[in-house]
Amino acid sequence: MKTTEQLEAKLKRRSKAAKLEIWGRLISLTALMLIVAVVVAIIGFVASKGIATFTSNHVSLWDFLSGKSWNPGVNGANGKPEVGALPMIVGSFLITILSAIVATPFAIGTAVFMNEISPNKGAKILQPVTELLVGIPSVVYGFIGLSVVVPTTRAIFGGSGFGILSGTCVLFVMILPTVTSMSADALRAVPRYYREASLALGATQWQTIYKVVLRAATPGLMTAVVFGMARAFGEALAVQMVIGNAALMPNSLVSPSATLTSVLTTGIGNTVMGSLQNNALWSLALVLLFMSLVFNLIIRLIGRKGRLQ
Amino acid sequence: MFVNNDVKNAMAMEERHVIKLSDPDHPVILSTEDLHVYYGKKEALFEGDLEFASNQITALIGPSGSGKSTYLRSLNRMNDRIATVTGKIMYRGVDINQPSIDVYEMRRRVGMVFQRPNPFAKSIYDNIAFALRLRGVTGKHKLDEIVETSLKQAALWDQVKDDLNKSALALSGGQAQRLCIARAIAIKPDILLLDEPASALDPVSTGQLEDTLLSLKEHYTIIIVTHNMQQAARISEYTAFFNQGRVLEYDTTSHIFTNPSVQVTSDYVSGNFG
Repeated sequence: MKTTEQLEAKLKRRSKAAKLEIWGRLISLTALMLIVAVVVAIIGFVASKGIATFTSNHVSLWDFLSGKSWNPGVNGANGKPEVGALPMIVGSFLITILSAIVATPFAIGTAVFMNEISPNKGAKILQPVTELLVGIPSVVYGFIGLSVVVPTTRAIFGGSGFGILSGTCVLFVMILPTVTSMSADALRAVPRYYREASLALGATQWQTIYKVVLRAATPGLMTAVVFGMARAFGEALAVQMVIGNAALMPNSLVSPSATLTSVLTTGIGNTVMGSLQNNALWSLALVLLFMSLVFNLIIRLIGRKGRLQ
Repeated sequence: MFVNNDVKNAMAMEERHVIKLSDPDHPVILSTEDLHVYYGKKEALFEGDLEFASNQITALIGPSGSGKSTYLRSLNRMNDRIATVTGKIMYRGVDINQPSIDVYEMRRRVGMVFQRPNPFAKSIYDNIAFALRLRGVTGKHKLDEIVETSLKQAALWDQVKDDLNKSALALSGGQAQRLCIARAIAIKPDILLLDEPASALDPVSTGQLEDTLLSLKEHYTIIIVTHNMQQAARISEYTAFFNQGRVLEYDTTSHIFTNPSVQVTSDYVSGNFG
């Protein structure tokens, strides 16, 4: 009997390993809680500030989203402050979509070359180049844009050279490596046996890429493009340097305009906390935050759909 | 007398035993001459020259790493991008291992089914129509007809005829493998290469697959790599035993399994080896 009790006592005593286990759980849980708290705090802060425009300054949400003139310090003809964010919203979307449209074919083409056509050269040359492009700071891109792209645009299309077109050119180069490397990941995730099956049926390599590999990788490729769009949408500095920063509805691709981010970076230091001018900028930040949530949601939806297939 | 018998036995148990085929009903359709396969500098296959009889099943057996899959994959040049293959592969009198051969056209005649069932993430119908569409067969009527006959030949039609538009990924392992066979025979190849087609299947599916292969023999020449010796014994007319990159013995299946000429083959088929 005694031995049974001894055994029970021994089994019930917490060992060192069990105590470490609890510690480990505690530490990782704390880290998680901290991050969740930070994210919630950021969203809460931006939201509370951004909503103030509508609650304490009594600007209607509709006027904010559809108004075409942005001049928070001045009251318009109707006596209400001019905080129409439409030009920036349009500018942001336009520049994002255009740069994604231009970058996608190049990115997928490069990824196909790296992964399917010449894996050796791809791994040796293109992979490091792509990684290098990711590492260049955005101010460098912006500076190159300012000293090369803007004068070129000016020479070809006239005007000042600042505008959506220059912004698109800069963003195209900036998101290209992101979209390329994610597209390459998507192609790499296509099982080798799909390619073998297709080749064994007498398909050429191009037919295999086009009809089998790209089809199977579609969810991954879409995720790559949306990721690139999210990056373009949120990019501030480089865009601000080449877009002209005029909060006007863009009437052509080469007229100075603005994006949500460029107005934020130029304006936030010049306003007083709590004033309408400041609150209106926070509202723009809220729109940005909301949009990045939407991009995230889209990426998750695509991922889920891809898994279900 | 005894000494003489020992000498005889020693002679019979010589190092290699590879027959030449001479069956007028089943002429040689494919053969290899002086075939060598290198992965980089490593030689994975040498002394691997065989002849294959038309409308018969030939099994390639041997331990893992013996070069049998390498050999099989070289026959329709699936190794082109990963290995160097030298020597001749004679198909109906034409060397298909020349650089000038259009491998895509050649693979239409020499089809292949892989170890893991690998249907595309498309519908059952589109899986079979895939290779046909690549070759410009687009008529709905014609496609329907070929899909049906291919599935019937692969003994899958009765199970899937109402679900042709469902995803092929929903099929069981055995059904998926028969779909892959149907997909391969839809373009009417001459020769069907199978690389351990039953190794991922349960015994019941394996049995069905073997029945399917036996019925396909009428239309196609079948070369099958298998780890399962009973399978080789059950379905094949000829068997080649591979070991360490060489064909040690090639003869009729009954000869290989009942009275092998090479000691290593005898050890392998009786389970004393590998």
